[in-house]
Amino acid sequence: MIQLIVNGQPQHVPISHGAETRAQSAADATLNIAQLLEHMGLQGKRIAVERNGEIVPRSKFDEPILVNGDRLEIVVAVGGG
Amino acid sequence: MADKLMDNLVIAGKTYSSRLLVGTGKYKDFDETRAAVDASGAEIVTVAIRRTNLGQNPDEPNLLDVLPPSQYTLLPNTAGCYTLEDAVRTLRLARELLDGHTLVKLEVLGDPRTLYPNMVETLKAAEILIKEGFQVMVYTSDDPIAAKQLEEIGCVAVMPLASLIGSGMGILNPWNLQIIIENATVPVIVDAGVGTASDAAIAMELGCDGVLMNTAIAAAQNPVLMASAMKKAVEAGREAYLAGRMAKKLYSASPSSPVAGTIGQLKT
Repeated sequence: MIQLIVNGQPQHVPISHGAETRAQSAADATLNIAQLLEHMGLQGKRIAVERNGEIVPRSKFDEPILVNGDRLEIVVAVGGG
Repeated sequence: MADKLMDNLVIAGKTYSSRLLVGTGKYKDFDETRAAVDASGAEIVTVAIRRTNLGQNPDEPNLLDVLPPSQYTLLPNTAGCYTLEDAVRTLRLARELLDGHTLVKLEVLGDPRTLYPNMVETLKAAEILIKEGFQVMVYTSDDPIAAKQLEEIGCVAVMPLASLIGSGMGILNPWNLQIIIENATVPVIVDAGVGTASDAAIAMELGCDGVLMNTAIAAAQNPVLMASAMKKAVEAGREAYLAGRMAKKLYSASPSSPVAGTIGQLKT
């Protein structure tokens, strides 16, 4: 289990077994954005992600960067003036 | 006629044939949004950036499917942002969402009741965004000095309010708008306050380069028909501006028909 704050709300995301276990950068990083999006049913959607105030480019969605306590914003385009 | 055909709106080096920019908020559904946008003839269409709803139906249609970026120039905005940090972060997310798209609408609000812009924060946010490579179209008060400062730091269009956002009160200070237009070397686009077609025509007759509106269309009884009316009003106002209006002659009439050759009176 990893605990994140997604769009201001706590999210507990189970960690599945797979390629994500090859954590390299952060010692305890075990989850990537693609897995989080899949968990939330947002895979393949037109969204953008910010992690702790920094944009996460789509090219990094497969890198296991998420750690406990990360604050994420996931946004879409909506109608507005 | 040749003049009219050549009369394009140029923003940040890109040419647009429509001088009407429209928002996509407050519509009943995406079908109505699309129908109104198409009836308006607008090429630049604003969108807002918001959090995905956790727990929403993931199969819900997406605005970007209804208004594909391949067909429209999407203009992500910072509506609802009250600090420069929120505005800058929102537009960074927008750039990522829209595959590196840099043309944006910056607004930093100062007060939820009036939605009046906070010009100090707006200026600071614009500076940061321009440094980061954004092309910033900026919502501003109708203060000619603020508008000029925004131009000087590199905004690609200045967009003064005509009256408060969503108020539909029309052009309340044509004199300030005129000063802003006279001073500007980038497009001046009236953003906010237009209520009906004549307001849009007046803005264009003043010499504005374009008009941006949302509520005037979306809150009309028939939004699609109003979108069509706005298209014509902006075109009519622009042509009237280019044509150059007649001089006003106060208290002095001038007949349009020949004065001589009227038929004789029966009794002399």
